[in-house]
Amino acid sequence: MNSATFIQHMLNSLTLGSLYALVAIGYTMVYGILRLINFAHSEMFMLGAYFVFWGITLANLPWPVAMVIAIVVTATLGIVVDQVAYRPLRDAPRISALISSIGVSFFLQNVAIVFFQAIPREVYRPQWLEDPIIMGGVRVLPLTLFVPLLSLALMLGLIWIVYRTKAGLGMRAISKDIETSYLMGVPVNRIIALTFGIGSALAAASGIMWALRYPQLQPIMGTIPGFKAFIAAVFGGIGSIQGAVIGGLALGFIEIMTVAFFPDLAGYRDAFAFVLLIAVLMFKPTGLLGERLEDKV
Amino acid sequence: MRRGQTVILNLVAVAALGGFLWLAEGNFDGYKIQILNLIAINIILALSLNLIYGFTGLFSLGHAGFMAIGAYICSILIMSPDQKDMLFLLEPAYDWVQNAHAPFLVAVLAGGLVAAAIGALVGFPLLRLGDDYLGIATLGFAEIIRVLANNFPRLTNGALGFKGIPDYANLWWNFGWCVVTLYVIVRLLKSNTGNVLKAIRDDEAAARAMGVNVFRYKLLSFTVGAFFAGVGGALLASLLTTIDPKMFLFTLTFNILMIVVAGGLGSLSGTVMAGIGITVLLEWLRVVENPVDLFGYELPGVPGMRMVVFSLALIMIILFRREGLMGMRELHWQSLFKVFSRGRA
Repeated sequence: MNSATFIQHMLNSLTLGSLYALVAIGYTMVYGILRLINFAHSEMFMLGAYFVFWGITLANLPWPVAMVIAIVVTATLGIVVDQVAYRPLRDAPRISALISSIGVSFFLQNVAIVFFQAIPREVYRPQWLEDPIIMGGVRVLPLTLFVPLLSLALMLGLIWIVYRTKAGLGMRAISKDIETSYLMGVPVNRIIALTFGIGSALAAASGIMWALRYPQLQPIMGTIPGFKAFIAAVFGGIGSIQGAVIGGLALGFIEIMTVAFFPDLAGYRDAFAFVLLIAVLMFKPTGLLGERLEDKV
Repeated sequence: MRRGQTVILNLVAVAALGGFLWLAEGNFDGYKIQILNLIAINIILALSLNLIYGFTGLFSLGHAGFMAIGAYICSILIMSPDQKDMLFLLEPAYDWVQNAHAPFLVAVLAGGLVAAAIGALVGFPLLRLGDDYLGIATLGFAEIIRVLANNFPRLTNGALGFKGIPDYANLWWNFGWCVVTLYVIVRLLKSNTGNVLKAIRDDEAAARAMGVNVFRYKLLSFTVGAFFAGVGGALLASLLTTIDPKMFLFTLTFNILMIVVAGGLGSLSGTVMAGIGITVLLEWLRVVENPVDLFGYELPGVPGMRMVVFSLALIMIILFRREGLMGMRELHWQSLFKVFSRGRA
C-alpha cells in the first residue's frame, strides 16, 4: 500500500468516523439524561436524508436550503417523538421506554416504507462536491473534506451549547441528578425536549451526508449505522460527548482499515462493531471516558 | 382445588386440544392450518422469551439468533444428502454437513440443544451486564449470528439459504412441542428455582444478599429459553421449508417481544392468549399489504402498512396498558371456575 492510497483510506475513515460520531452524540446525550437507549434515533438519520431528497425533488429547493429545512423538520420530529412516546413513561421502569423506542423505530421505518416506498432511490449530489481536486499528488473528493469539516463545525456548536449556555448547564445538571434538577428549578422537560431536538438534528445532518457518501436512500438505511453509532457511544463511554466523538472516529477507522488491510474480512464488516461492543462491555463497560454509573439499591 | 383434579383438568384440556387439531386437520384449508401452525410456534418462542425476560428480568433481544441456530441445525439434519448436494451451489458443503442425517424429532432436539449450548456460552460473559446493556449485547449476538450465516457458505449456503426443507412440522409436531414447552416452563417456575428466578427479577441485590447465586440462575433461565427458541426456530424452518439469513433480522425478535409484552410480562397464560391473538392479527393485516389483481392490472398493496399498525399497537400498549393483557396474573382452573360460579349466583 503506497502513501497516496493510505491517505485516501485515512480520509475515508475520517469521513465515516465523523458520520458515526454525529449520530453517537445523540445517543449519548439522551442516555446521559434519561438512561434510555433511543432506538428511534437511527430513524432520524434516515428521515433526514429522505427529507432532503423530497425537498429537492418535490419543491426544487437548492441543496443547502433543503438540508437546513430537513434538519429543522427532523429536530422537530425528534421532540414530538419524545413528547408522545417517552415523556409519559418517565416514571415507568426504564425498559418500558426502551420498548416504546423500539416500537417508534419500527413505526417510523414502516411509515417511511409506506410513504417513500422500499425501492432504493438515487441521491442528488451537488456538483461542487463531486469534482476531484489534486492535493500533493493525492486525488481527493471535496466530499471527503466537506463531511469532516461540517461535522466538526456542528460538534463545536454543540460543545458551545453544552458548556457555554444556560440550557447546556441544565443538560449537565439533569444528567448528574434529575430529581435535584427539578428541585433547583431547572425546566427539566423543556431541556429534555431540547436535547432530543439537538440529537435528532445531528442525526439528520449525519444521514444527509451519509446519503452523499453512499448515494442511495432506503427506509432501512438507518438501522445499521444507528447500531454502529450506538456502539461507538458505548465504546467512548456512554454519557460523554467527547467519548462519542472519539468512539465514532475510532469505529470508522477500525472499519475502513480492517477492510483495507484484510479484504477477505469485508463480508464480516457489519460484525466488527458488534464484536467490539461485546468486548467493550466485558472488559471496560464504562467505555473510554464514561463515568461509572452506580446501581442504586 | 386438589392437585389431582388440576392434573385431570389439564389432561382434559390437552385432549380437547388434540380433538380440535384432529378436526382442524380434516376440515380446515391449508391457509388456516398454516396459521394454526404459526400460532403454536409463536407461542413456543414467546414462552421462552417470557421465561428469560418476564420471569427472570433479563432483557434479551437475541431471540432471532437462537432461532437461526435451531433452524439451520435442524434443516441440515433433515435434508437428505442428495438434496444437500443439489443445494450447495456456491461452495460444496463440509463433509459432515453433507452426510448428517437424522429423523425430525432428533433434528429439532439437536437444534434446541445447540442453541442452548451457544446460549450458555454467550450467556457466560453477557449475563453479567444489566438491563439495557444486556439487550443491546444480545442484539449484537443475533446480528453476529446472521453475519456468520452469510459468510459460511459451506455450512449455511451463504445468502442463498436453504430451499425445499422437508415439511415435517405439521400440527401435531408443533402443538406437541408447544405443550411440552408450556409444561416444562410451568414446572420450572413452580419449583423452587422459579421462586428464585422471580426473586432475581424483582430485586437482584436482595436476592444476592439472601445468598442466591444470581449468575447461575440467570444462566439457567437463559439457557432453557435459548433451547426453546432453538426448537421454535427448527419447527419454523420445517414449516416454511425455506430459510436464509435475511429471515432472522431484528424484526423477528420484535414480533416475539410484542407478544410477550402484550400478553403480560410474567404471565404464561397471557403469553398464550397474546400468541394466538397477535399471530391472527398479523395474518389478517397481511390483507392490507397484498397487491390486488384487477383485470391483469396489478393494484399495488401498501407494503409496510402491516408493521405500521403493529408497531403502533406496541407503543399504545406500552403507553396505556404497560402490564399487558394479564399483567403478572395467571389464568388458573380455579379462577375460571370462580368466574362461572359468580355468573350463576
